[in-house]
Amino acid sequence: MFSLKNTQWGSLVICWRAVASMAWSVLLLLPTTALFVLLSRFSLFHPILWMSECLSLLTSASAIFSFILLCGVVLMVGFFNLEYYTVVPSIACSKIALLGQVLHPRQFVHSLVHCIMGVVVAWCCAFTIGGRYRSLGHPCTQDESGPEMCLNEYHLVLLLAGAFIGYSHSLVGVVYNMNYVSFHTMQQYKYLRFKGALPLVVKASAVQALYCLRSFLLLYFFMGYAPRAWICKTLDLSINSSIHSLDSVSSLLDLSLLYHLWISGTFLLLTWYITVLLFRIFVTEVYSFPVQSTFTEDAHQCLPKVITGTQPMILKFLALQDLALLSQHSPSRRLEVFSLSQPGGHPHIWTALSKECLSLLSDLTERLVAHHDTVATNGRAKSQSTGSNKRSTTSSEVTSVGMEDMKTPRPSALIRTPGSVFLRSSVGAGLRTPLTTPFTPDLDSPFSSPALRRLTGPLEPQGALSPGFSSIQSPHVMRRGPKLWSASTDSQLNGSPPPSPGPAPSPSQAQLKPSFLVTFLQNRKDQVKNFLAKRMLIMYLFNKLPEASSQALFADSQVHIWALQGLSHLVAASFSEDQYGIVQTTLPTILSTLLLLQEAVDRHFKLPHTSSKPGHCSCSMGDDSYKTLRFALRSTLKTAVYRITATFGGHLQ
Amino acid sequence: MMCSLALFPPPLSGYGETSQYDESNTDPAVWFGDSHPLNLYFPGESLKPRSLQECSSKAAFRDHCETLYTRSAGAWRDAGLSGLLNEIANSSAEVPKWLEVSSSCVLALLRWVSSFHGSLFPHLTLSSEDMTAEFSQVLNWSDCAVRSFAWHPHTQKCAVSLLDDSIKIYNPKSANTPTLKHRLQHSVAALQWKPLCASTLAVACHNCLLVWHVDPTSFSTRPSSGCAQVLSHPGHSPVTSMAWSPNGSLLVSASPRDTAMLVWDVAVESCVPLYRVGGGGVTYLSWSPDGSRVLAATPSYLFRVWETRMWTCERWPCLKGRCQSGSWSPDGSRLLFSVQGETVIYALTFTDTPGMPLGMSGGPKAATVVADLSETTLNTPDGDMAVGGEIQSLAWDPTGERLAVLLKGDAEAGRPAMIAVFKTQINPAFKLLPCGFVHGETGTEPRLMQFNPNYKHGAQLTVCWSNGKITHVPFCFMSAGNPQPGLGGSPSPPLSQGRTADYANQTLYTELIS
Repeated sequence: MFSLKNTQWGSLVICWRAVASMAWSVLLLLPTTALFVLLSRFSLFHPILWMSECLSLLTSASAIFSFILLCGVVLMVGFFNLEYYTVVPSIACSKIALLGQVLHPRQFVHSLVHCIMGVVVAWCCAFTIGGRYRSLGHPCTQDESGPEMCLNEYHLVLLLAGAFIGYSHSLVGVVYNMNYVSFHTMQQYKYLRFKGALPLVVKASAVQALYCLRSFLLLYFFMGYAPRAWICKTLDLSINSSIHSLDSVSSLLDLSLLYHLWISGTFLLLTWYITVLLFRIFVTEVYSFPVQSTFTEDAHQCLPKVITGTQPMILKFLALQDLALLSQHSPSRRLEVFSLSQPGGHPHIWTALSKECLSLLSDLTERLVAHHDTVATNGRAKSQSTGSNKRSTTSSEVTSVGMEDMKTPRPSALIRTPGSVFLRSSVGAGLRTPLTTPFTPDLDSPFSSPALRRLTGPLEPQGALSPGFSSIQSPHVMRRGPKLWSASTDSQLNGSPPPSPGPAPSPSQAQLKPSFLVTFLQNRKDQVKNFLAKRMLIMYLFNKLPEASSQALFADSQVHIWALQGLSHLVAASFSEDQYGIVQTTLPTILSTLLLLQEAVDRHFKLPHTSSKPGHCSCSMGDDSYKTLRFALRSTLKTAVYRITATFGGHLQ
Repeated sequence: MMCSLALFPPPLSGYGETSQYDESNTDPAVWFGDSHPLNLYFPGESLKPRSLQECSSKAAFRDHCETLYTRSAGAWRDAGLSGLLNEIANSSAEVPKWLEVSSSCVLALLRWVSSFHGSLFPHLTLSSEDMTAEFSQVLNWSDCAVRSFAWHPHTQKCAVSLLDDSIKIYNPKSANTPTLKHRLQHSVAALQWKPLCASTLAVACHNCLLVWHVDPTSFSTRPSSGCAQVLSHPGHSPVTSMAWSPNGSLLVSASPRDTAMLVWDVAVESCVPLYRVGGGGVTYLSWSPDGSRVLAATPSYLFRVWETRMWTCERWPCLKGRCQSGSWSPDGSRLLFSVQGETVIYALTFTDTPGMPLGMSGGPKAATVVADLSETTLNTPDGDMAVGGEIQSLAWDPTGERLAVLLKGDAEAGRPAMIAVFKTQINPAFKLLPCGFVHGETGTEPRLMQFNPNYKHGAQLTVCWSNGKITHVPFCFMSAGNPQPGLGGSPSPPLSQGRTADYANQTLYTELIS
């Protein structure tokens, strides 16, 4: 009941924020449109005429109609933002995965709708600019048949440009993860944040419009006749033969046409980007959850309850952000965390919070260890026997140490791992369809860890908690050679069910029956693999992108960063503020978890293909902060350990 | 209640002994416990300043005929738009007449606009090097052998930046002194170690910030430039000041040419510029030790105090000049600052709870004058001596018991630069008491000072002198708020304590508790 209530209430919070952001973007549409009208009808030599024309246009009834249309478009964009946003970016690990994302039905709907909205905005632009762009048909007199309607190609070009920019906006959004909502380290008021980001958004939309225009003109130059003929046919318009068609070099280099196309594209992108920006700012605003409530009806809105919840994901993010902030900035709320429950005297709040943070951190540790093992074995897989021995011993050691320290290994919370957008349905069904597999970076590998499996497939039986689990699994894992791509994909190519990527693998079974069929399948698979590996295109599509797996591993690390900050600040504050000494009981667990994570992170950064410094990417509007989350995590982790040891100092011995 | 330097004990002739490098005078318990003292000496003759302009080597090469296009591209890269226009305007033989004329016109317009801008903000006409010298906390930064100095906040380790743009790291526990050099490490204005971290050092350079990661366990004496992160932002040059947040997550940096203060997330190398109208740049930054506020001084008669929760700011206009230096009390509740052209120390008290936006919960309404350091004459056995003057920098020790003030002095008026030390008390009421003067060997003057945050027996002031020596002046006392049980009896009273005993009952400034 709690969780249901929680979900409803959480969705409501997010919805209200989205609605507020949409309202602001509609309000901001007014000045943007006015600016567009001014710029699009700009004439240097008749300033007075220009101003008066603009004023009369802005107050006309038809302008109000097109403004209402634009409002509808902005609301639609806002709705799509709300529906498609994600706090954990989906990172494609290979070109084929990226292709899959682009061709996914969900994304197809997105692209189609944005394409249509692009046409609508372009129509409004054409109407506003007026003159030769005003309508699709214009009367003309052909040779002998008298007056008839001819196609106005300028109008058509503008509409097509709108459609193209709309589609490319959607496409670029997938490639650069524009639907990813990142949280900032610095808190600022919404107005100031918007003011700071506005120049960048204007610049980004102008530049992006320029690039889009270039591609569009190339496309129109080569393919322009097709839509023209189609429109003429369907609308029964004829082509005016006395005017040159636009798909020639000389007519496309018309400066006024280029300027109008560019300013319309910039206007389109600017309104949409502002909507995206406002949505991001509103939705990531700090939400202050009550630490404890006086009434039981509100209990589901309290920090300990929200932080352990899973849906919607952003609520968990907000709760952890709030935890990190309260641990740093508000002594009064910290005091509530350190308080005991009134009847009974149990530190329920602290226990819930610390447990959740610790489980998040130990999950990350497990994930890292599993990834490290995968990479390590894949790197030196030629000598299989030694590799497997080494691997199984190290991993079992590490895992068992981790488990012993943790004392109470609890089933981890269901975290939406990378690739979550498309996984949403499959998680619920517990299925791993062939379609979803390429989207999940490390799950698809045959070496994927028990921890990861557990995260995605809740229906799997939980043998995973026994310390030796991974070492049992390893012989099975090692039977495979170096992998080229995901297991499910190639099993699908074979047309046979995967040998055993499923849960609770039974190595004994496989070893007892080394049947003919299995070896045959194995051989065939290797043959197919070798055959395909020689084809350049396949290699290109299936090769792993550098760094992508590392990025995917840390895709949701913002949560871990906050957990680390929150825990370390609370522990440091407990040195002077914790009256009952409740933090001391968990201190050893916290320290050992942090140190285990530190070890895992250090090992991860020593792997090849992981750069040690954040690179710089200058993609316009897509937020690439997920690419650098691992560096932020590394430094936060170090700082957290130092903070605890510096505060407690000699008392730790 | 406010009094002047006249209440100070006169500096005695032999008094400077403590601050000189003299083994016989140092008590091993007072210096670094058992470790050897980090008294350093960098004779100015051994250091050659690196010329800032690398293009000055141009003269050594023969002139090479390049096409106009290549030259223009080079000029654009080196000096931006004005360089490009200059290049076009100067090569009249190769360009069409109209292009030459128009570029000369645009260039003239640009110069006119920049001179107008410069008349609004006179500091913009200075060269980068002069600007760093002007706004630095170091006295006579340009000819000083030691350009900057930083103690590590957690261990006995210090970083020294020298005139030749190299940085040396000294650790009494290891014989290894790594030297940091980087292509971009020009005219270092400030150094600071990252708090809650063993080995990260931020360096404010000519046109970027460098963040060095120096592995303390490494035996390398020349860490490669791969160990440094370069943080640069267009228009943010020269960087004259920076400050780490005390919880080690953020770094703020300032440049007198850039109206924005940059807040860096160093781990991911991203920054958020914080723009505010007015001021014309930011010269000096100081983060309060509790992490809740940041002082940002501007070249105009204005400084700001930012609160760090939501990053809003309060404007504080000054009457007489720009804010030259500032120092926070350890609990972050008090800010002492000095203003250029005045010889007094002001105090601001922040009583609001940290985390609340400023201005909403009763911040201070006006600054109060707590000390007057105007020129006075003191009687010494050697004759009368003039002390006082403008303040170059302020330093408050981490326990909040000593305040050191570096006085600029005036060579013509016969006033040497000096360090005056006050005893301070924060709780229950803010008090300033005279303590004494620190001056070095004859003929030397202090250039730079910093308190050692790891000194166990009181406070220790590190002073860099004009002759290139770095010495440490201990002040031994029992901290009232934080007694040291492990010390075993009272510490031996140091020299300064004994000398000033007679004056201890004279309160220079006492806050009235109403």
